[in-house]
Amino acid sequence: MLTNMVGAINNALDLMLKADDKIVVFGEDVGKDGGVFRVTDGLQAKYGENRVFDSPLAESAIAGMTIGMAIGGMHPVAEMQFAGFMYLSFAQLVNHAARYRSRTRSNVKLPLMIRTPVSGGVKTLEHHSESPEAFWSHPGGLVVVEPSNPYDAKGLMIKALKMDDPVIFLEPTKLYRLFKQEVPAEPYEVEIGKAAVVQEGTQLTIVTYGTMVPLVKDVVAKKKTDAEIIDLRTINPLDEATIIGSAKKTGRVMIVHEAPLSFGVGAEIAARVAEKAIFELDAPVMRVASPSFPYPFPSYEKFYLPNATKVSQAIDKILQE
Amino acid sequence: MGVLLIEKVFEGTVNYMRLLDEQGNADALFMPKDLDDKKAVEMYRWMSLTRAADAKMLSLQRQGRADTYAPSLGEEATQVGSAMAMRKGDIFTPNFRQHGVYFVRGWDLVSWFLYWKGYEEGCIVPKEVGGMPYIVPVGTQMVHGMGIAFAQKYLNTGAAVVSYVGDGGTSEGDFYEAMNFAGVYKVPQVFIIENNQWAISVPRSRQSVAKTLAQKGIAAGLPCIQVDGNDVFAVYKATQEALNNARSGPTVIECLTYRMTMHTTADDPAKYRSDDEVNAWKEKDPLDRLGKYLRKKGLWDDKKEQKLASDNLEEIDGAVEKAEKFKPDPKSMFENVYSFMPQTLKEEMDAAEANDFWQEKE
Repeated sequence: MLTNMVGAINNALDLMLKADDKIVVFGEDVGKDGGVFRVTDGLQAKYGENRVFDSPLAESAIAGMTIGMAIGGMHPVAEMQFAGFMYLSFAQLVNHAARYRSRTRSNVKLPLMIRTPVSGGVKTLEHHSESPEAFWSHPGGLVVVEPSNPYDAKGLMIKALKMDDPVIFLEPTKLYRLFKQEVPAEPYEVEIGKAAVVQEGTQLTIVTYGTMVPLVKDVVAKKKTDAEIIDLRTINPLDEATIIGSAKKTGRVMIVHEAPLSFGVGAEIAARVAEKAIFELDAPVMRVASPSFPYPFPSYEKFYLPNATKVSQAIDKILQE
Repeated sequence: MGVLLIEKVFEGTVNYMRLLDEQGNADALFMPKDLDDKKAVEMYRWMSLTRAADAKMLSLQRQGRADTYAPSLGEEATQVGSAMAMRKGDIFTPNFRQHGVYFVRGWDLVSWFLYWKGYEEGCIVPKEVGGMPYIVPVGTQMVHGMGIAFAQKYLNTGAAVVSYVGDGGTSEGDFYEAMNFAGVYKVPQVFIIENNQWAISVPRSRQSVAKTLAQKGIAAGLPCIQVDGNDVFAVYKATQEALNNARSGPTVIECLTYRMTMHTTADDPAKYRSDDEVNAWKEKDPLDRLGKYLRKKGLWDDKKEQKLASDNLEEIDGAVEKAEKFKPDPKSMFENVYSFMPQTLKEEMDAAEANDFWQEKE
């Protein structure tokens, strides 16, 4: 079936609601309204209010509720309406979801998923375009997934809902309807913790994910750079082997992400490349990201987000080193 | 021309309940039907064990044989009374002080000591106990309880959830959010506020100007009641009634009790409260009160008291001995983070093992 990312995620939820009675979908406006981005559109009509339902407005309770439901034998999928509001659930997710399994030595497992739209580029009101993947990855214990295309979105979602780990599923708003892709109608899985090599190359490795994947692909195609592009897909745990393997092959590594530069996913990748492949590099590792401060208002975003010029100049620079 | 309209659209009430007075008198007429002499004696035994285990843990901590500990001295009636009202299959979400609840529900003392000695293995609570492990971040357990209660309803188990929070915890957002969600989803959950009057050094009066903490449930549309938390019969009765009504929705119970000693072993109450206040509460001691009742009814005497004390000590000492023999396995920290072992984490574990970073594990 030809679908965009919204359709692919909706289809994955549909298939999993059908396959597993323990799965429920809930959150603010996910019922009749189908969510503010319509990702859950039609699911309540199909599965009823027992399986797909609205919640009162309180992100900490939504997150804590998923923990309780998972403890009680369910597999909840909660939507956080926007990543910026999800910070209210930080204590629940970091204090509890991330460590319940380890603190009980696997006696209590938490099969749960928190979905949220992330990142900018669609001119939303302030607080509606955040890239929080590093926050959720840093404590450990939370699986953090961020697809960049419909096929991966569906496969990752289905795989995640068959695991008994807490999964933070980040959905780039900008990619929800940016393009369509042919996706199998039946259920399939995309491996979690495994990056995709979007295209092979020999001159340079570009590690990226989320909104930056289509941008990087465009720039590389236009410049005819012989770059190897890696789409992480899973942020935590990181597929280090694929990154290091590629770094050793090309000798040049650039990380491109939308989140602010400092203390981000790029820093983690750069550190790992330095630890395991520094003597095989021909150039210093380079990071392309948004500047080191919180997301600006929508009309300033164009001055903030990495764009084609910024990526292109970085490619020129790293190839000259 | 407009008309000023003012009419009363809501009125709320909080009742206070006590069954057993400070002299140990209770009117049989008002006792719950199943609360017979045998059960009253059982309550006394659990409260005594809780007090003895608490004293032992304090002494271990003072000797450097356990980590920071949150004592339950003075709060035994609230804990034992509510726990004994739970039915088989019911589940509880505690904070970090409901020791008596665990004991009543059958958690083994060895695991209990392991928790307070600082081992995660002390968070392994068998299913039949029906308890979640201690939760330290204040108030956060209330929304877990709400989610667990939701699951009981969704999976139609017939069980209910009892969630405990302190007076300080009722100031947390998660407490309000849990009550609100529980009301909207009509889940089988009982909120027990173990109001021991102090949140470390901050008194009840500085948590809220609300006359009762129970009335916070009114805003969420929940029935609420305040009981004498040092009266084990009143706590039992209120919890039992709330659990019986749990199918039609949640209830809030505020138990008025008193933290007779420090918040944890890391603070000194002499710094922030007067001896007079503490001494006044000694008169209301929950264990003494139940003891008076049992003796008046001829159900208890000095000989039984001595036997109970020595039985308790024997059980506690045996558990401490076993807990102190526990050998931690550092690999277990790594092996239980995810359902799978990420390669990067495995490398961290292998490096630690290969380089013998764990030589101090004894």
